[in-house]
Amino acid sequence: MSAANGGDPLLDVRSVKTYFPIRKGLLQRVVGHVHAVDDVTLSVQEGETLGLVGESGCGKSTLGRTIVRLLEPTEGAVIFEGRDISKLGTRKLRPLRREMQMVFQDPYASLNPRKRVGSIIGTPLKIHGVDKGERRQRVQELLETVGLSPEHYNRFPHEFSGGQRQRIGVARALALRPKLIVADEPVSALDVSIQSQMLNLLDDLQKELSLTYIFIAHDLGVVRHVSNRIAVMYLGKLVELSPAEELYQRPIMPYTEALLSAVPIPDPDLSKERERIVLQGDVPSPINPPSGCRFHPRCRYMTDICKEVEPPLTHYGKGHYAACHHPLNVDKETLARATVSDRYTPAAADEGVKPEEPGKGKASPIPDSG
Amino acid sequence: MAERLIEVKGLKVQFATEDGIVRAVDGVDFQLSRGEVLGIVGESGSGKSVTAMTLLGLTRDRNTDFEGEVLYKGRNVLAMNEDELQDVRGNEMSMIFQDPMTSLNPVYTIGAQISEAIQVHERADKTTARRRAIDLLKQVGIPNADDRVDNYPHEFSGGMRQRAMIAMALACNPDVLIADEPTTALDVTIQAQIIELIDRLKDEFNSAVILITHDLGVVAEIADEIIVMYAGRVVERASTRDLFYDPQMPYTWGLLGSIPRLDRPKQDRLHSIKGTPPSLIRAPRGCKFRPRCPHAFDKCMEEPMLENRVETPGHLDRCWLSVAEKRQLREKTLSGEEAAA
Repeated sequence: MSAANGGDPLLDVRSVKTYFPIRKGLLQRVVGHVHAVDDVTLSVQEGETLGLVGESGCGKSTLGRTIVRLLEPTEGAVIFEGRDISKLGTRKLRPLRREMQMVFQDPYASLNPRKRVGSIIGTPLKIHGVDKGERRQRVQELLETVGLSPEHYNRFPHEFSGGQRQRIGVARALALRPKLIVADEPVSALDVSIQSQMLNLLDDLQKELSLTYIFIAHDLGVVRHVSNRIAVMYLGKLVELSPAEELYQRPIMPYTEALLSAVPIPDPDLSKERERIVLQGDVPSPINPPSGCRFHPRCRYMTDICKEVEPPLTHYGKGHYAACHHPLNVDKETLARATVSDRYTPAAADEGVKPEEPGKGKASPIPDSG
Repeated sequence: MAERLIEVKGLKVQFATEDGIVRAVDGVDFQLSRGEVLGIVGESGSGKSVTAMTLLGLTRDRNTDFEGEVLYKGRNVLAMNEDELQDVRGNEMSMIFQDPMTSLNPVYTIGAQISEAIQVHERADKTTARRRAIDLLKQVGIPNADDRVDNYPHEFSGGMRQRAMIAMALACNPDVLIADEPTTALDVTIQAQIIELIDRLKDEFNSAVILITHDLGVVAEIADEIIVMYAGRVVERASTRDLFYDPQMPYTWGLLGSIPRLDRPKQDRLHSIKGTPPSLIRAPRGCKFRPRCPHAFDKCMEEPMLENRVETPGHLDRCWLSVAEKRQLREKTLSGEEAAA
């Protein structure tokens, strides 16, 4: 995939918070908030693919939806091509909808079963005022672009397999020639063999149409394959952001390390050899997130400081950011240089907890495998 | 040798539909002994779930035809009546389904659903059944099981629901646990937990496991033997090591090559198997994989039998290529270099 070029980013997400109110009682009083996205800052260059990973409930989908403005952020700014779009109304948003589109996870639920394929893909064109004759031609072109046949124009979604439906979803997203596509788990529901077809298709389309992708997934194997940079989220926070290969070679945040080790490796010997870091329990509730570092209750390197102080996102050089008190794979020099502000320096990296390349090295044993 | 629990011989399952006869399972043979984990791998529509459901008599219907035998401890499951089947289901063989949200009843508590299984099969009283349910929930790693037993399914996360399903499946100490894509709907982190759990429980309960999945990565770690299914047939069967290090069937190569590998340098393009699985009503002539196979030649118009073609006994496949050709041709696919159009 084409590398990120310098200059102004296509998309700039600045301290975005998306909270959902929890209402209770007769008066529907707000009794709390779900902190779905909690102060996330990142930018996306034109032509690059940013992978967004994390477990269910970490806020990655909410962030994706906030970016394309299917949701309005509670605080912060989403700047697209130099313009803050976070507060725009429906009417002002409409021209922007041409520029950013979404591909959804579930190819069964995201297509209207009563509409024909031609109408599903043609609707965005209709809304944006393309006349009927041109629309048909354009839809047929799109069907070919995504590897379906123009004869499929009059078919219904149920006549297609999962992989083909996901292609229809992609064709619909491409209809208005957008610049940015947010793909929310586009391959998670597909078989591995179909998944690889889909990933290759997305890759081809990016080259052909110079698209920018935000690729949301929970599988780091898939994300690594498509992304230039990867952002790891945990409970609404951005905990690590790094160029893709760098993240895979040297994960800094223990959560990333655990995510990497959870990806199954189709090699029985390697798979038995490596020690899995199996995270215990589930992601805590985003209503009352844990104090300090949000990952501390599940982290095997946790110390007292993690319970109290929230580690800020720190730059470790080469575009690699992470938020952790006990950064892994960081040498002393880098650590000395890495500062986010005058006040903060991460606690010294613990000696002896430097995992090697995931899948190859033996990570330290799990302290409490309950 | 460990006790032989299941023996499937020449199993065929056909569904009569308006469009014609669907040959969902078309000749499947395998054996399973106590303590073993058998992986069944294939794409959607390859017949792996129908095979599993047939083991429990769940595919019986007036439009369904069976051929062959499914022997459970020597008794033919296909010939059993409903009462006999009821005794086998849950008690001796039990199943974990893919989607824990749709397989749990949303209007009963988790505890009630687990106790029901115990009460039905063991005629235990309510309090005993409840106590067993709590123990089981503890065993599958649900925290605060004493309180959680009274929760409804919606109060559980996806991973916990799948644990509850496993607890329910284990309620009557079954000899065989059939897990149909138990982790497909889950996060990778939770998937790792569940696979580890199944592996541990298999030893604790001294049972055998059939693990069905489309992802070869999932079975690499815990399966002893793997069968690869395509269009209702077994196309390759081997011990786990042989299947991964000496795969004989081009379809298996394709499955292996399609996985983005974290243990290798990043490839430019992933290998992909072109096209889609064939219709089970009008299957292609000859080798069923022929239309999608990049190495197909004239002889493939005739269907190869499932036979031992390599040096290792017990490693079976359905492919006409010579062993030497296979070993040469597969390298590109396996390393992901060759990307199909």
